[in-house]
Amino acid sequence: MKRSLIPIVLLVVLALVPQFSVDIPYVFNGSIDTPGTLQLLALCLLFGGVAMTYDLLFGFTGLLSFGHALYFAAGVYVTDVAITRWHWSFVAAIAFTALVGVLLPLALGAVSLRVGGIAFAMVTLAFAQAGSILVFKNPHKWTGGEEGLGADYTKLPQGLVGIFNTKHLYWVALGFAAAVFAIVQWAVHSSPGHVWQAIRENELRVQVLGLRPYAYKLMVFVLASFLATAGGVVYLLLLGGATPEVTSANFTLTLLVMVVIGGTGTRWGALVGGVLYTWANERLGDASSSHAVSSLPSVLRTPLQQPLFVLGVLFILVVFFVPGGIARFGRVRRLREVFQR
Amino acid sequence: MTAILSVSDLHVHLGESHILQGVSFDVPDGGVTALLGRNGVGKTTTLRALMGLVDRRGRVELAGESIQAAATYRIVQRGVGYVPEDRDVFAGLTVAENLRLAERDGEPRYELVYELFPELRQRAKQRAGTLSGGQQQMVAIARALLNENRVLLVDEPTKGLAPLLVTEVARVLERVSELTTVLLVEQNLGVVARVARDVVVLDTGRVVHIGPAKELLADTSMVNRMLGVA
Amino acid sequence: MPALPVPERKMSTLILLTITGLGLGAMYFLIASGLSLIYGLMGVLNFAHGAFLTVGAYGAWFAESKLTAVSVLPRFLLAALVGLAVGAVFAALVELVLIRPLYKRHIEQVLVTVGLALAVSALVVAIWGNDARPFVAPSWLGETTSVAGAHIPNDRWVEIATAVVVLVALNAFLRRTRYGLIIRAGVENRAMVTALGIDVRRAFMLVFAIGGVAAAIAGVLSGVYFGTVDPARGTSLLIFAFIVVVIGGLGSLRGTAVSAVVVGLVQQYANYYASSGLGDLSVVLLLGIVLLARPGGLSAKLA
Repeated sequence: MKRSLIPIVLLVVLALVPQFSVDIPYVFNGSIDTPGTLQLLALCLLFGGVAMTYDLLFGFTGLLSFGHALYFAAGVYVTDVAITRWHWSFVAAIAFTALVGVLLPLALGAVSLRVGGIAFAMVTLAFAQAGSILVFKNPHKWTGGEEGLGADYTKLPQGLVGIFNTKHLYWVALGFAAAVFAIVQWAVHSSPGHVWQAIRENELRVQVLGLRPYAYKLMVFVLASFLATAGGVVYLLLLGGATPEVTSANFTLTLLVMVVIGGTGTRWGALVGGVLYTWANERLGDASSSHAVSSLPSVLRTPLQQPLFVLGVLFILVVFFVPGGIARFGRVRRLREVFQR
Repeated sequence: MTAILSVSDLHVHLGESHILQGVSFDVPDGGVTALLGRNGVGKTTTLRALMGLVDRRGRVELAGESIQAAATYRIVQRGVGYVPEDRDVFAGLTVAENLRLAERDGEPRYELVYELFPELRQRAKQRAGTLSGGQQQMVAIARALLNENRVLLVDEPTKGLAPLLVTEVARVLERVSELTTVLLVEQNLGVVARVARDVVVLDTGRVVHIGPAKELLADTSMVNRMLGVA
Repeated sequence: MPALPVPERKMSTLILLTITGLGLGAMYFLIASGLSLIYGLMGVLNFAHGAFLTVGAYGAWFAESKLTAVSVLPRFLLAALVGLAVGAVFAALVELVLIRPLYKRHIEQVLVTVGLALAVSALVVAIWGNDARPFVAPSWLGETTSVAGAHIPNDRWVEIATAVVVLVALNAFLRRTRYGLIIRAGVENRAMVTALGIDVRRAFMLVFAIGGVAAAIAGVLSGVYFGTVDPARGTSLLIFAFIVVVIGGLGSLRGTAVSAVVVGLVQQYANYYASSGLGDLSVVLLLGIVLLARPGGLSAKLA
C-alpha cells in the first residue's frame, strides 16, 4: 500500500467506528458504539492531536516548552467564558478564541524566544503559571476558579450536546486529529519546516546560512499554539465545561510524556503516544478498582491505584530502554522489510 | 630510544566530519616533539583525543600501557599533563585556587612553579579572570607543572601573545623539557626551532611527515608545502 | 486587634509584609540554591526537585506521627532531622540510579526527572491521600513577636535564620573545602576539571545530596508555615524557584539569594498593596522584564 494512502484509509475506518457494535473485551468497557467508549475514543484522538502540536515544538524544532498548557487552556476558557459569562453566540466566541489563539502566542513567544534552551523552558513555564493563577483567581467570577466553569449548553450547536450526540463529538475529535495530522505533515515538509528541523540539529548553522532562527521559531510557536487552542475548543465541546487542571504545569508535562513515549519528531509517534496515554490513564483508573488489582497485597495495590504513578514509571523506563519511543518499533519493522526484499 | 607515548590508527569523528583519519606517531622519551600542520588539520583534536576529551578510536599507549579506553581523569592521574588551547583557567577562582585544584597525589612542586613564574606568587589572591593573556598562560602551564608528569601535552602556548611573552614562553618550555617529555602544538616556527627535537606533521587528519625538527625547518620548500608558511 | 493610629498601622503592615516576604524568599532560596548548583555543575534541569521537598516534608511528618512518646520540641527537631536525612538520601539515590547512567544526555536527564516528579507526587497521593496532613510544630512558632508595632509570626524568623545559616554554610563549603573548589571550577568548565585529573562525577552525587537537604529543609519549613504537609506543594513552590533561578542566573549562589529575596518581597507587597493573587502574576511580570532588559546577559550565563 502506498504510504500516503495509510492515513486516508485509517481516517475512513475510524470515521465508521460509531456505526459498528463490536465488543473488545479488556480494551474497552462496553461496545465501541456506546457513548462511554466513544467519549473515551474521542478524548484519545483529541489528545493525540494536541500531542502532535507539542511535537511540532519539541520533536521537530527542538524547543522544550513547559507552557503549552496555556494555549490549550486558552481555547477551553476563552470560548467557555465568552458563551457562558458574556453570552456571546458560539460563532462569535470561536472567532474571538481564534484571534486570541494567534495573538497570545505571538506576544508571549516573542518574549520567551529571546532566550534559548533551559531558560526558554522556564520562561514558558512561568507564563503558563501566570495563566493558571489567573484562572484560579477567578476575576469577575468569569472562570469559576477551582470549581471550573460548566458551559452554557444552550449556546452550543445543538448537534453537539447531549449523550445521544456523542458520536458527533467523536467525529469532531477525529476531524481535529486528522486536521492536525495533515497540517503538521504539510508544515514539516514545507520549506520553513526544513528550517525548523535544521534549528533542532544545529541552530548556529542556520544562522550561518543567513536565516534568522528567531523568526522561524516564532512561526512554529504560533502555529503549534494556535492548533493547541483549537484542541482546547474541542475539549470544551467534549467535556461540556472547563476545569482548571488543563492550565497546570502537570498538563504540559503529560503532553511531553505522550510525545516521548510515542517517539519525538516522527510521523505517527506523538499521535500514537497521545492516544495510548489517554487510553491507559482512563483504563488504569478502571483497572485499579477491578478484582485483579484489589486482590493484590497493599504494597503493590496502593501505587497501582494512581495511573500517574504507573505512567510516570513507564515514562522513565521508555527514556532508559526505548529511546525513540514506540515509533522506533515501526522503524525497525520497516528496516526488516527492506532486508527481506 | 623508547617511546613514552605511542599513537596508532587514531580516528575521531565530530558530527558528520571525520577529523582524524588514522593518525599514528610516537613521542620519544625526553625532549620536545612538535605537532605541526596548517589550521584545521586536527592538531588540537589529536591532543583532545589523547586526553579522552572527545570520542576516539585507535590505540594509545603510555609507556607501554594502553590508555585509549580510560577516562580523562585517569589518563591525567597516570602522568599526562595538559595545557589546553585558550588556557582554560577558571576565571572565577583565584590564582592560588587554580593551582590548588591541580594538586594531585605526592608533593606539589610549588618551588618549581614559583621559580619559573615568580609573578604568580604575588598574584595568588587575584581572580584568574582578571589576569592578562600571558599571565593566564602562566597559570595554565603552572597547573600542569605542579605535578610530576611523564608527558605534557601543550596546545599553542604562544597564541595571541606579544613577542616578548613568546620568548618568555619559549624559555619556560626549554626549561620544562629538561624535566618532562613534551608534545607541543605550535604555529610559531621560531619557537619550534628553538625547543623541538622532533616534528610530526599533520595534514587533513593524517600524518604526512615525521623526522628531526632541524631537517624539516632547513628545507624551505618542504615547510612551505606542508605548513603553508615560508 | 485594637485600632492603631493610621500611619503607625501602615508602618507595622509594611514591616509584617517585609518579614513575611523575606520568609517566603528564604524558602525560595532553599529550593533554588540546589537547583542552581545542580544545573550549574551538571547541566541538569531538575524537575524532581519539588519531589525532594515533598519527600523531605513527608519524611518529617511521618517521623513525627511515630514519635508520639516524645515531647513537642524534641519531637519536632528529631522529625525535621529525619526529613533532612530522607531528602539527602533520596536525592543521592536519584543521581546514582537515574541521572548517572544518562551522563551527558541532558534532554533524557530532564525527561527522567519529569517522570520522577509525576510518579513521586502520585505515589504520595496513593499512600497518604490528596488532602493536606496537619504538621505539628512547637507552639512558640505559631505565636507572634512584636516589632515596632507589627506582630510577626515567629516561624518567619526561623525561616529567615535557617536560610541565612544555609547560605553561610554553603558559601563556606564552596570556598574552603576541596570539594567546594571542584564544584565552583566544575560550574565554569567541567571538562577542564577532569583534565586536571579529578573525577568530577564524584561531586555530582554531592550536589544532589546538598540540593536534597536544602529542599527538604524548605519542605519542613513550609510544613511549619502552612501548618500542614501537602502532595502538591512541591510543584507549586518549584515553579517559583525556577523563576528565582532564571532571574538570579544559573550556577550563582549569590545571584540566587538576591533574586529569592526580591521575588519573595515583590510577591508579598503586590498581594497586599495591589490585589490578592496579583503577587504571583507580578513575579512572572518581573521575570518578563528581566528577560527583556538583558536577554543576552541571561542567556550567556545559561548557555
